[in-house]
This record gives sequence, structure tokens and C-alpha cells, in this order.
Amino acid sequence: MAKGVRPRVKAPRSAEAGEVVVIKTLISHKMESGQRKDSDGNTIPRSIINRFTCEYNGAMVVDVEMHPAISTNPYFEFEATIPEAGDFQFTWYDDDGSVYEETKSVKVG
Amino acid sequence: MDFTRRDTLAIGAAAAAVTALPMPAMASLTEDAIAEFTGGADVADGGVDLDAPEIAENGNTVPIEVSAEGAAAIMVLAAGNPTPGVATFNFGEGAGAHRAKTRIRLAGTQDVIAVAKMADGSFAKTQKTVKVTIGGCGG
Repeated sequence: MAKGVRPRVKAPRSAEAGEVVVIKTLISHKMESGQRKDSDGNTIPRSIINRFTCEYNGAMVVDVEMHPAISTNPYFEFEATIPEAGDFQFTWYDDDGSVYEETKSVKVG
Repeated sequence: MDFTRRDTLAIGAAAAAVTALPMPAMASLTEDAIAEFTGGADVADGGVDLDAPEIAENGNTVPIEVSAEGAAAIMVLAAGNPTPGVATFNFGEGAGAHRAKTRIRLAGTQDVIAVAKMADGSFAKTQKTVKVTIGGCGG
């Protein structure tokens, strides 16, 4: 597991039923591309988060396949529909098999 | 070893062919990625919005935004990177809009390409040139 990985999500606490809300996510991660070399000229092995998903009450909102060209500390902003009160489930999948998770509840009304 | 006039011409032609090679090789990597995504289907120009800065001072983090009305998935490619793949956004039933923002790495001045797969199975493409002052691939 990469060190110091901390997911952060900005989602509204409450919304109207059927409202479209903006979600912002950021996770601290080095996203080592596998292209860089260390001071001895050895290639630093690739270590990135390769997939990010967001679900709301089990319905997929967005599923992102990521390549090394995503910047350090991957940031995503997207929109989700809130049909009823429930929970957002955010999941990040690391190259090394680690899975980072975060949940946010949304109230309606 | 003596070079005849004929040998010299042959060597010169070979050298020119070798130096000309890398560019088409790079372009084909991008085309391969697009072909893999579309399955060889025709790709229409336009229909996808790609918002990227004209000039990016730092190639390590270039903000981009893609959106396409009615898209099931949008793939973003950077044609001039060592590997062209950047990200593929698959929108699900809970998506409020087919729009996403992220930050990407660009190795140098190059074209950023967005290919959208529409819900009806058609494909659309748009591209934009981004000038990069400092490349984002380490080294």
C-alpha cells in the first residue's frame, strides 16, 4: 500500500429529490508513471491508481479507467442525480491491489 | 572501405528513412487506441466538448474537461505522450450529466483527443492542441 493515501470528497449533505449535484473528489497519491528514473538511472516502477468508481445506492454514476497520464493526487469532478436519500460509495483501486473507500450520505428535503 | 557514389546515396536514403520512422509510429499508437475503443467503427468529428487550456505552463497537471450529450463513455488520449492513454470515463445510470473534469500529464506540446461512445453505438471525436512550457514526464 502506497503511503499517506487519503481520499477527500466534496458532496452536498442534502439535496432536492431528482436534483443534479456536483461531486468533487481528490485522493493523495504519488501516481508514479513508470517513466521516471532515479538518480542511478534505474526506472522507478509504475505505481498508480488504475480505476475509480462512484456509485449512489448501488447505481453506477461514473467508472473511470486511469492511465499513468493522470496527474499526481488524482482529481475528478462530475455530476450525479439524487433520486432519493442515500449514500455515495467512492472506491479507488491501486496497482498494488489496495482499495481505498469513502462514503457520503445525502439527505433529501 | 571505399564508398562508391551508389553506396553513399543508399546510406543517405536509409538514414532518412530511419529518422522519418518515429513520427508515424507514435501516431499509430494513438490510432490503435482509438480503434480498440471503437472496434473499427467510423468516428464522426465534433459532438464532444473538450475543454483544455491553449497554453499549459506545467505539463504535470493540466486541467481538462470533457462532455458529450448522451455519451455512454468518453476516452481521453494524449497523442504525444510515451503511452497515449489518459483515462476512460464510463457514465452509469446515476450520472447527472455526461461531463467530467480531471487533471492530466502532458509530456510536451501535443494534441489531446477525446473520443465519445454514444448510447446508440456511434462514435464522435474532437481534438485540441495544448502548448506545454514544461513537460510532465520527469527525466
